[in-house]
Amino acid sequence: MDLSTVTHSDIFHGSMARSGTRAVGNRVLNVLCVVLALLTLIPLVSIIVLLLQKGLPLLRWDIFTQLPPAAGMVGGGIGNAVVGTLVMVGLALVLSTPLGVLSAIYVNEYAPNSRLSNAVRFVAKLLTGIPSIICGVFAYAVVVLTTGGFSAWAGGFALAILTLPTIILTAEQALLGVPKAHREASYGLGATNYQTIWRIVLPDALPAIMTGVMLAVARAAGETAPLIFTALFSQYWLQSLKEPTASLSVLIYNFSTLPFPHQVQMAWTASLVLVILVTIANVTAQLVFRKK
Amino acid sequence: MESNTPTADSTPAETARRADFIKVSRFNFYYGRKQALFGIDLSIPQREVTAFIGPSGCGKSTLLRNFNRMNDLIDGVRHDGEITINGRSIFDPRLEIIALRRSIGMVFQKSNPFPKSIYENVVYSLRIAGQNNRKTLDETVERSLRGAALWDEVKDRLHDSALGLSGGQMQRLCIARAIANKPEVLLMDEPCSALDPIATAKVEELIHALKREFTIVIVTHNMQQATRCSDNTAFFYLGKLIEFDRTAKLFSNPAQKQTEDYITGRFG
Repeated sequence: MDLSTVTHSDIFHGSMARSGTRAVGNRVLNVLCVVLALLTLIPLVSIIVLLLQKGLPLLRWDIFTQLPPAAGMVGGGIGNAVVGTLVMVGLALVLSTPLGVLSAIYVNEYAPNSRLSNAVRFVAKLLTGIPSIICGVFAYAVVVLTTGGFSAWAGGFALAILTLPTIILTAEQALLGVPKAHREASYGLGATNYQTIWRIVLPDALPAIMTGVMLAVARAAGETAPLIFTALFSQYWLQSLKEPTASLSVLIYNFSTLPFPHQVQMAWTASLVLVILVTIANVTAQLVFRKK
Repeated sequence: MESNTPTADSTPAETARRADFIKVSRFNFYYGRKQALFGIDLSIPQREVTAFIGPSGCGKSTLLRNFNRMNDLIDGVRHDGEITINGRSIFDPRLEIIALRRSIGMVFQKSNPFPKSIYENVVYSLRIAGQNNRKTLDETVERSLRGAALWDEVKDRLHDSALGLSGGQMQRLCIARAIANKPEVLLMDEPCSALDPIATAKVEELIHALKREFTIVIVTHNMQQATRCSDNTAFFYLGKLIEFDRTAKLFSNPAQKQTEDYITGRFG
């Protein structure tokens, strides 16, 4: 454009017109984002509504103290499945949290560029994508076949393998998020590696690490396939970690395929309980480990 | 090095020891293949303030970070030549790096208090040495915070989070933390570059007061700051030490053309 022929009013009107179309484009995009955000809420909200609708009628305190009803019978509860799920997820966490967090510390703090660290990172990333049924088959081969039977231990082991990569990767991210300046200050005051990690880095990263652990718990608590291969199911209360053990997810799987309306309804209630348990665990962790 | 005559302070050996408190000899330093420092020779006297000036990337911070071997935290660095503090090589394999860093306080460009209480920030160096005696810790907190001219402002909220302090207070807290362990040397890496003029003035006053007890080395981009608070100034350019002299002499009558160009603002 020949600048000498452009007057002030040309520039003014030209830019007005352009900013007009820009404003419209901006508004369209804003609306689009809001609509899409609302769309993502639909499946989530429908699941919760459906769970409440179908699960609430049977949700009473006594279902937590009673054993599952036999086929065709009414009454009963899901007490042993709740206990089984809590125990096996607990076992999984006891196994995978220390291992995962310590691996992340090694990978991020001690030897960030070593071959071993790169291998750990690579394998962890691969394992996050592994189907949960593979963890079940692996635990079946390693624990069930060698110990001679289905057990809570085997279930916990399968869930531990399932959660380990998530814990390693989220813990590593959490450690990366600790400012380098805090580490420098600590080393500058004469702290050792060990002191810097335990007194400065870990407390700083703890809330983020716990978020990762809770993500892993949420996933583990709902897994069915690995438990069918390892803990199977039981009609009775948990007596020993070496016996087949009931779990909410397997109970849901079993009952939802039965032709009895009461059992199907019980499966809905168990689903609701599972979601409530995971939510409680999440909220508690957030409250306890919130950054002060 | 130690003299056992009663008049130790005036013997020639003692005078020499004081003048060469930190002694750098033919020191080269490399980040990987890139050489950052070239044949540095420098003697920093005890209980005086020595300023390092020079344009960005001239190596002044690198040299400072060698004194307490913070550069060891970086992969692929190496050095040759020698640095001694109070007559002792800091690269002596028998010297524990932990002990070295305990005897040298460091204050960083960006204040970096831990996300802990004011109290716990100050006593960190004692805690990591296993000192948990309440009385000792309390005394250290008061002495260090008074030393950093922060006591009156925070004495009623010692157990509040350090992150609630203002920028200038945080930096003085970092100074308090650095002197809690009674180090011999205090290294300051552009301690005022993120502070407003009032907070800067407070820290400079503090530097004046602290040199009675500590040997202070300060890296600064601010030449007024160097003239205001240092006794000696070293000018670095492209990894070389161009000139080192009393501050008054270097700024009024520099021996080197490059120094003169830099301090008169012709480059850098």
